[in-house]
Amino acid sequence: MAYKTIIGLEIHTELMTKTKMFCSCTNAFGGEANTHCCPVCLGLPGALPVINKVAIEYAIKSGIAFNCKINTHTRMDRKNYFYSDLVKGYQISQDDLPLCEGGYIEIESEEGTKKVHLERIHIEEDTGKQTHTTEGDTLIDYNRAGVPLIEIVTKPEMNTPEEARLFLENLRATLKYIEVSDCKMEEGSLRCDVNINIVDTETGNKTNITEIKNLNSFRGAVRAMEYEEKRHIELLQKGENTIKETRRWDEVKGETITMRTKGDVADYRYAADGDLAEIVIEDSRIEEIKNNLPELPHHKKERFISDYDLSEYDAGVLTASKELALFFEETIKYIDDSKLVSNWIMGDVLRRLKDEEIEIQDTKLTPKALGELINIVKDGKINNNTGKKVLKEIFDTGKEPETIIKEQGLVQISDEGALKEIVSKVLDENEQSIIDYKNGKDRAIGFLVGQIMKASKGKANPQMVNKMLIEMINER
Amino acid sequence: MDITKLSAFEMRKKISKKEISSKELITAHFNRIEEVEKDINAFITLNKEEALKSAEKVDEKIVKGEQIGLLAGLPIGIKDNIVTKDLRTTCGSKMLENFIPPYDATVVTRIKEADGIIIGKTNMDEFAMGSSTETSYFGPTKNPIDTERVPGGSSGGSAAAVKSNEVALALGTDTGGSIRQPAAYCDIVGIKPSYGIVSRYGTVSMANTLDQVGVFGRDVKDAVFMLSAITGYDKKDSTSFNNPEGTIIFGSFPEEIDYRDYLKGMKIGIPREFTYEGMDSRINEEIKKSIKIFESLGAEIEEISLPHIEYGLAAYYIISTSEISSNLARFDGVRYGYRAKEYNTLDELYTNSRTEAFGEEVKRRIMLGTYSLSRGYAEDHYKKALKVRTLIKNDFDKAFSKYDIILSPTCPILPFKLGEKAKNPLAMYMGDLFTVPVNLAGLCAMSIPCGYVEGLPVGLQIIGDRLKEANIIKAGLGFEGGVKNGL
Repeated sequence: MAYKTIIGLEIHTELMTKTKMFCSCTNAFGGEANTHCCPVCLGLPGALPVINKVAIEYAIKSGIAFNCKINTHTRMDRKNYFYSDLVKGYQISQDDLPLCEGGYIEIESEEGTKKVHLERIHIEEDTGKQTHTTEGDTLIDYNRAGVPLIEIVTKPEMNTPEEARLFLENLRATLKYIEVSDCKMEEGSLRCDVNINIVDTETGNKTNITEIKNLNSFRGAVRAMEYEEKRHIELLQKGENTIKETRRWDEVKGETITMRTKGDVADYRYAADGDLAEIVIEDSRIEEIKNNLPELPHHKKERFISDYDLSEYDAGVLTASKELALFFEETIKYIDDSKLVSNWIMGDVLRRLKDEEIEIQDTKLTPKALGELINIVKDGKINNNTGKKVLKEIFDTGKEPETIIKEQGLVQISDEGALKEIVSKVLDENEQSIIDYKNGKDRAIGFLVGQIMKASKGKANPQMVNKMLIEMINER
Repeated sequence: MDITKLSAFEMRKKISKKEISSKELITAHFNRIEEVEKDINAFITLNKEEALKSAEKVDEKIVKGEQIGLLAGLPIGIKDNIVTKDLRTTCGSKMLENFIPPYDATVVTRIKEADGIIIGKTNMDEFAMGSSTETSYFGPTKNPIDTERVPGGSSGGSAAAVKSNEVALALGTDTGGSIRQPAAYCDIVGIKPSYGIVSRYGTVSMANTLDQVGVFGRDVKDAVFMLSAITGYDKKDSTSFNNPEGTIIFGSFPEEIDYRDYLKGMKIGIPREFTYEGMDSRINEEIKKSIKIFESLGAEIEEISLPHIEYGLAAYYIISTSEISSNLARFDGVRYGYRAKEYNTLDELYTNSRTEAFGEEVKRRIMLGTYSLSRGYAEDHYKKALKVRTLIKNDFDKAFSKYDIILSPTCPILPFKLGEKAKNPLAMYMGDLFTVPVNLAGLCAMSIPCGYVEGLPVGLQIIGDRLKEANIIKAGLGFEGGVKNGL
């Protein structure tokens, strides 16, 4: 039997405006509970919203970056429902006239480049945040209430959790590139809901859509989708069906749990928010925003391939984050060898970032230091392995490469006389190896090189050692 | 001399000439309140201590020769759905019985900046829903003209306070006639300005696309005086009108002009649709006499037609209740106001709090509105009502392309007895027949006393185009002058 997974995503992203969507309260993460609040964002009786124009601009920027059509006449609607994190009994959102419609994001899936289309991007305000105590109380912090959000809704066009992951990564990179959101999932500034179901491609039978709410990490999202995929297929195999329901992902147990079943479609009684005038956007303003948009990830990738002669894979990795791409481009200002720089970043630098779970901008490594280090290695002042040691030292201490090399006496020994001395001493101590080599055992050379490097504390110039060693054995 | 009987304009003159002090004036009003309040119940909350302090400050300013504001030292009542910092604001509801707002409404800020003295918060129908001030959780207000009768609603407290000289001026709000109808019932002047020229920031929304803050005075000049102090653009209200030309400047209607000159050549339309079967014919007689006065002062009268007016009330009750259902959702017992003592779940917290704290009329309208906005019904009700609203607006636009003002009765019936219509909400709704179209179209209108039937006052409604307050003010001044001069 063959099954096809169908995945659609709804992503909420907080926009990093200075102030909230409808008032002048600060839009800053954290802070003592209920201190970033005023009558407007608390929805106190009599308070009225005034729209934040920067939020609208950020939403337009996002729409342009994702190839959407920007609606020049749009408005805010009220989405009516009761919940204690919602201050007014309605959320100011957009219903049938979203700011952006259509659009797509390209991903590199197993089958090649794939366009995942968007339904829409609309603007709305965030709600407050609830904490449930072990005593059974619910505490509410309204600092987040009224923070501007965009909701990005995709068409159900992703067919594997991996595709969804690629989509999310691309989306996050783009939003960060255009500087509308910091996309910190751990701080809730990027949140994702997944809609997923399975079709039996032979019989046409399919499961009902399950919605998984509020996934707060990409890894969690992928695991939840994989779990659901399996669960739905098992149900299909048993001839059962899922119920249309909303589930949540339990990270600890590694499973999804029913939150609520959707007996009926929720009725939000949408109506235009009469407190806010219609939003009219001039075409010229859209053009202006479009022209001022920074280089987007896929453009940067193409440029890296053509300008720096990098492989598609390397260019993809280097442009996945704006900071990494910037780091690369800064480094090649110090050493005119893009391939070598790419190799260093793709290799040891990324490995260290991964090990320490940090981002490039949070390290002590500067483009200048890396550039100088690569230059020193290229000039043969230290060898490759020593270079790696120095890089680690820079990560730990932030010292200049020259300083580290000086302090630790790491300068490569390229002096013929000095090297000859070391080599002849090692040969004296390993006569058996000389015999072995002369009897045709080539491996003996490797052993001898190792001994020489050891004796020189790794500082011997490897090329010179190799050349010298053969000559000196032959002389014996 | 009983200084509480003076017009606000006279009071202001005497204060600035140091003939009386503000403290003296405010004290006299609190004495008056003590005397009549038990019979009238115009106030929910009094602000005596603060009022006297503020009065002293105004007096100090005058003594020092500092510049004083337009409303300097005058006693003012504020409808209790307009928030006042640190002063209880209840909306006439148990829901907000103990609610102390942390901020001032823009209109309140403007009154304070104009050196007006806030005497207290006036009684009203609960959340401004009603036409008699009988739905107030704090008991009904009584009509100073006949205390067995209602003062009208929902700004009945403000109207009664002005009529009984408890304050000189008062603020009300008008969503479908809530300033004009009580003005008519209490025999005073009430102005509902064009939508957007007075900030709604800090006014607790009933139906936010219809609500408008407006004023009461014992004559046209007083009402305009008050209106001048509160109009103007407010960046905190997105629906506020940003055009200084729309602002009423009191000085633009100088005293020197003879009342007869205001009406000369004014073109007036009388809609034939503003008479209907259920109407008290004695009111019609008074209106006809009033029209004669306009005519004798040089106005040109013509009958006109507003064909969609008859659907106004139906559209109004759908649109207003829909907005009410949304606007009143924030009163959920979670953050402020009344919270039920007993509940097990979050849903029960909402349900019990709202069940226990909202009155019958509020619940009725929330239910109606929730139904009208519901999936499957919104097309037939809410959206259709919005279309009717546009048709009514078009009718008025057409009329105002030819006429300066439109005249009608303010109400089809006389002030009724307390309890008389309480059991018949539909009959009560009919009382707003002539006033609601004005709100649907965002126009300005004034109710002005125009006669009596068996000792009960009749109000004449003068309707003007959006932002054409000048026209209704001229008409009001001209007509009032005519009446005073025995025409």
